[in-house]
Amino acid sequence: MKKKNINNHTILLLITVALFIVLYLGGCLMYGEKGFTKLQVFLDILRNNAGLICIACGMTCVMLTGGIDISVGSLVAMDCMILAVGMEYSHYSPSLLVPFVLVIGVLFGLVQGFLIGYLEIQPFIVTMAGMFFARGMTAMICTDQVNITVENWFKSLAGLKIYMPFELGVVINKRGVHMVPFVDVPVIIALVMVILVFLLLRYTRVGRSMYAVGGSQQSAALMGLNVKRTKMITYVLSSLLCSIGGICYCMNTMCGTTTQALGLEMKAISSSVIGGTLLTGGVGNVFGSFIGVLINGTITSIVSFNGDLTRLGGTVPNVVSAFLLFVFIMLQAIFAKLRERKK
Amino acid sequence: MKSELEPTKGNKPAFIVEIVILIGLIIGVAFLPINTIAQMIVFLGVLALGAKRLFFNKKYPEYQFQKLTKHSMFFPLISVFFVLLLNVFYDAMQGNNILSFFMIEMKEGALYGRIIDILNRGSEAAILAIGMTLVVSSSAGTDISVGSVMSLAGSLCCMLLAGFGVTHVRSADALQMPILVGVIAGIAIAGVVGLFNGFLVAKMKIQPMVATLIFFTAGRAIGLLLTNNKMVYILLDEFKWFGLGRVWVFPSATVIAAVCIAIMLLILKFTSLGTYVQSVGINSKASRIAGINSVAIILLCYVICGLFAGVAGIVATSRIYSADSNNIGLNLELDAILAVALGGNSLGGGRFNLAGSIIGAYTIQAITTTMYALGVAKAQAPVYKAIIVILIVVVQSQTVKAYFAHRKAQKENSLMVAGRS
Repeated sequence: MKKKNINNHTILLLITVALFIVLYLGGCLMYGEKGFTKLQVFLDILRNNAGLICIACGMTCVMLTGGIDISVGSLVAMDCMILAVGMEYSHYSPSLLVPFVLVIGVLFGLVQGFLIGYLEIQPFIVTMAGMFFARGMTAMICTDQVNITVENWFKSLAGLKIYMPFELGVVINKRGVHMVPFVDVPVIIALVMVILVFLLLRYTRVGRSMYAVGGSQQSAALMGLNVKRTKMITYVLSSLLCSIGGICYCMNTMCGTTTQALGLEMKAISSSVIGGTLLTGGVGNVFGSFIGVLINGTITSIVSFNGDLTRLGGTVPNVVSAFLLFVFIMLQAIFAKLRERKK
Repeated sequence: MKSELEPTKGNKPAFIVEIVILIGLIIGVAFLPINTIAQMIVFLGVLALGAKRLFFNKKYPEYQFQKLTKHSMFFPLISVFFVLLLNVFYDAMQGNNILSFFMIEMKEGALYGRIIDILNRGSEAAILAIGMTLVVSSSAGTDISVGSVMSLAGSLCCMLLAGFGVTHVRSADALQMPILVGVIAGIAIAGVVGLFNGFLVAKMKIQPMVATLIFFTAGRAIGLLLTNNKMVYILLDEFKWFGLGRVWVFPSATVIAAVCIAIMLLILKFTSLGTYVQSVGINSKASRIAGINSVAIILLCYVICGLFAGVAGIVATSRIYSADSNNIGLNLELDAILAVALGGNSLGGGRFNLAGSIIGAYTIQAITTTMYALGVAKAQAPVYKAIIVILIVVVQSQTVKAYFAHRKAQKENSLMVAGRS
């Protein structure tokens, strides 16, 4: 009988999931009386991180091929600025602007992907230039903070609350009002993206090629895969997902500023690493990155429930998140060493 | 017969004399009594004729342009040249003296001028570039934590000097300890972070970028915790000296950078560290078999990088005489990495060129200063920076080089074929 093979990477994913559950239960035990156990708290973690989930999906794909994309945070800022200025000052319809933003994302990815895939320039340098470019472009479009106040379908979509079906997790507050937990549109978009990218990576030719290229570029080339094209497609996918994430982000914040989404790329990378994606490429899972985002969100949420830590400012989650990153990196390294010894 | 093919040694002095004459001519052009646009045209003419005579002539075979392009310093120097040329254009358009970029004035016992300004403001990036070069060379990866570590070093220094929770130090009596002790503590903590990064990279074999991502995220945050989330001001002239003071007529930041560079160059000259680092970077396994402790070498590189980040952090903190954890060293890690790439170093590790990196760091500062002079807003400057970076890396790209070499070979081939038929 064939024994089901649980390899090290599945274990990493399981550890990630276990850690998330432990963290969340810990939060529930510590701040249960303050309302941490409410379903809405969990849904708020999803709502606050919807954009990041989309971006982490793209980042996972890029990291699978052994690359890195640090332009995502700036691209989100540029997308938000285009949407905000387009609607607020130029009065374009969102039906025009949303596809425009997606096209910009694809073009951005095409240029980066061409430089990385076909000219074989290091991804870090190319996407760093992309990061500078997008951030500077944001400032070129407008240097002020632009709030979206125009009434259109974009705004009503952003304000749309999708209530949980079957009265799930209903809380009755002090005034006796039924508070039905809700999510909003970005969450739905993010979840759809996770599923789509999961399917893409698992069942399509392009997705399988990404794993192959990340595992070993030479072997992939010898197998007859088009390594250069695969790399380019990966970066296009990353920038496209980033633009979708940017739209989600814009729906959450309803504004565009030059300092928006600062450091988002590092959040996405650390989420992916915590989710079990190796930066060397070839190993990883979108689902893991999704959990990684949730872990980071839970830490922020726990800190915000704790008054003492909140007083110290927004830095405590960073320290905790960095510590977790350290733990996961060490785990990955130990597993890698164990595997080497087995051989 | 032989003397025609091989360069005679007597060429070098003649070459230097001709360069000096060319520089003299260029300076002469600046004093011509015509308007600046005309001056610029004459200037360009002199430059083109001089370049043609010196580099595109059979007279000095060893300084032929084709040969110079293969030199490791060619790339950094040519970027500097273009930045300087841009400044000359700008001054000509403004109606200033075309060489006003190079003018240095004495004011109140200190030097002033745009060159001095660049040398002053580029100090932090130059100091970081030293460590970054070693890290890139030995481990084929980048240390992205340096900016955060700078801020951490500055915060710890200010916290120790002022005491926890105190936000202003106005007199020497209020200091909790001598300034030098605080400064050394700041540099030491940066060294410890470097040790941690080095341990992860060298011993645990973790990708440098991920390993340093930990302190990229945590460094600034720990700095904020140390300063209790507030700005800590040290309003003492002794503390301001590191960033704003001067040594004789030079800005002290420049002098500190020069000292750091000198120390590193001396180490490289009198020990075999440089050779070891390069050999580990080219092939760490082979180096280990050859008897080099590659783990220790990589570890040492990260510690050096950390220490220099600490020094840069102290300079940056002293410049604004306060610990501003959120802004000190922001995006400076990118400048340092860019400096290494601009210096003609491969980010894939292996051979390194320290002088190139340092010139690269000052070139970036020159680009930034030039852009501000041209009236580009601070927030928009990254766009041009990005375009410059992309142009540089595309030109340096092996694929592009191979493509042009192929084109050239094809052309020569077809010419030969045509000649034969």
